[in-house]
Amino acid sequence: MRMIRKIGEWFDHRLQLAAPIREAVEHPVPRKTASWLYVFGSAALTVFLLQVVTGILLALIYVPSGAEAWTSLQALNHDVTLGWFIRAMHGWGSNFMVAIVLIHMVQVFLFGAYKFPRELTWILGIFLLLMTLGMAFTGQVMRFDQDAYWGLGIGASIASRVPIAGPAIVKLMLGGPIIAGATLSRFFALHVFVIPGLLIGFVALHLLMVIKLGINEWPMPGRIVKKATYEAEYHALTKKDGAPFFPYAIWKDLFFAAFIILAVAACAYYFGPFGPTGKPDPTIIQTAPKPDYFFLWLYALLSLLPPSLETPALLIGPVVVILGLLLLPFLSGEGEKSWKRRPIAVLTVMLIAITLGTFTHLAGFTPWSPHMNAWSGDPVPDRFIHGTTALQRQGALVFQVKQCRNCHSLGDVGGQRGPTLDGVAVRLTQDQLIRQVIQGGGNMPAYGKNLSPAETTALVAFLETLHPAGQAPARDASRDVVGGDAKPPGGTQ
Amino acid sequence: MPTSTFTPTKPAPKDKEVSSSNEISRRGFFTKLGILFNGLAAAVLAVPVVGFLASSITRGRGNGYLSWVPLGPVSNFPEGETRLATFRNPYVMPTDGKTVDTACWVRHIAGDQFQVFAINCAHLGCPVRWFQQSGLFMCPCHGGAYYRDGSRASGPPERGLFEYPNKVENGVVIIQAGELPTPGAVAFLAGEKPPCA
Repeated sequence: MRMIRKIGEWFDHRLQLAAPIREAVEHPVPRKTASWLYVFGSAALTVFLLQVVTGILLALIYVPSGAEAWTSLQALNHDVTLGWFIRAMHGWGSNFMVAIVLIHMVQVFLFGAYKFPRELTWILGIFLLLMTLGMAFTGQVMRFDQDAYWGLGIGASIASRVPIAGPAIVKLMLGGPIIAGATLSRFFALHVFVIPGLLIGFVALHLLMVIKLGINEWPMPGRIVKKATYEAEYHALTKKDGAPFFPYAIWKDLFFAAFIILAVAACAYYFGPFGPTGKPDPTIIQTAPKPDYFFLWLYALLSLLPPSLETPALLIGPVVVILGLLLLPFLSGEGEKSWKRRPIAVLTVMLIAITLGTFTHLAGFTPWSPHMNAWSGDPVPDRFIHGTTALQRQGALVFQVKQCRNCHSLGDVGGQRGPTLDGVAVRLTQDQLIRQVIQGGGNMPAYGKNLSPAETTALVAFLETLHPAGQAPARDASRDVVGGDAKPPGGTQ
Repeated sequence: MPTSTFTPTKPAPKDKEVSSSNEISRRGFFTKLGILFNGLAAAVLAVPVVGFLASSITRGRGNGYLSWVPLGPVSNFPEGETRLATFRNPYVMPTDGKTVDTACWVRHIAGDQFQVFAINCAHLGCPVRWFQQSGLFMCPCHGGAYYRDGSRASGPPERGLFEYPNKVENGVVIIQAGELPTPGAVAFLAGEKPPCA
């Protein structure tokens, strides 16, 4: 023991770090902050360190070359001992990191921790969030499969919409005129050197400020933050009702950190690594690329925005959101911290959570995309053809062959891009059906040039059979008057 | 971190006594000169650094990336039909692998009249697929659809499909290609926006 102590003293005589470290870990924190709600920051740091370790391990095998990246990932998955597990840890670690960073941010926001004097801590936190998302996107590119390839195309298409500089930004981003080897190499540099380097620096500053300014006290309704008095009040609080961070509060952080690492490992073990999906070969076009889960909401948003709003929303939206987040501590740097007295803050969080959740949910089954194989894979259910005439059956065939099914479902099978047609005859009269098929409209292409008159007649005859039993199809009342085949109003069909 | 514990190398008081105001301004002058010298070095270094970083932009100036590439003999593309063709991007780096192989849709209208569409949807660049029976190109991502002549049919795209300039030389269809077509960079692509339906 004495030997170890002597060695320790030898080092500390030179490093002079023992005293400041002791002061940092033993600094007093308000007792109530030793809470399970205060563990997300340290959990984010833990996952980040895990990502650094697994990332370095992956870099031992991974080849950042357009020609070989995909093959090297296959080798990691199948040939290298436990390569699949390290890949899975890194992939799941990234999912966990995005989730924990967001939870941490929500907690900090609801507890008013961004208010005076912790404005800069919040601002650095926003940059850390952006870098985390940057790591998530560039990491998806590292997987260099079909999703990564077309995902880059989507990124380039968005970047190209910047006025004037758009085309130049695209070439800078891709490292050339197309998505190719140079693109992967520069995303590798971003993912492995640039962003992690910045992250480490920003995390250090973020932590330093947490120690220097003290952890945010548990907010109490009615305890108002004022710039003139806050710091004195905080020091009084830590003096009166404080406890050293180590060992009073740290044990919860330690437990949660270990729990998160085990959770990542469990997900990695049970669910395995992400991809890679198909080869990054742009001549294979039978693919429907999809982003990883943290960008699914964006995928949904890009499908649902009206075309005219899309470019402004893409270019102005992020600027407004980021500026808003950065300005938040200056707009409400004082006042109530407790969520119990900040209904707008609580509602904002709920609104954002519900919006993102809904978009993410929608992106799970993409009702806006045509089902490319529905016309050949999903036959018209039998019950829609029972007791139909020859002409109507011919129409059902036209309906199938002309790929109407790709966008329209029948009996819950088929695309959801257009409305389901189970009861279309109740909504549209014969004339309206003909007009809709031939001219299109709404969001439907015009089929006039692609259907012969005979095909249109058959198709509409089939569509007219699509109404629930016992419910009469729509009909044009004026026909009763104008046409020769007058029927009494309200007569049965 | 508190720095108050950092004690051993406190400047000896002797130094302070010796340094007269004259000497400080002399040292100050050299410090400023040193900073200026480093600024000069940084400026000199910035030229190659920026030149290197921006090379992917500057190289493409004046359509520097574009070339005419063959898609195959006219006989590969029956009249009145739309077929998938592939070509190798004219600008290739050794580490590109398969990524330089590009697909496009070739529509043979009649005789020497062709339309060659980029595979990338004019919305956000996903690969569109041709459906012969309904005469539509459909995009699997966000639901864009186009007619056989490339004009917009429905969905989020604001314009028709991108077209490569094309011609027939010695019985071979050739197109001018080399850049990823994106909504913001369509200057090099053949026509103006195809007429919307």
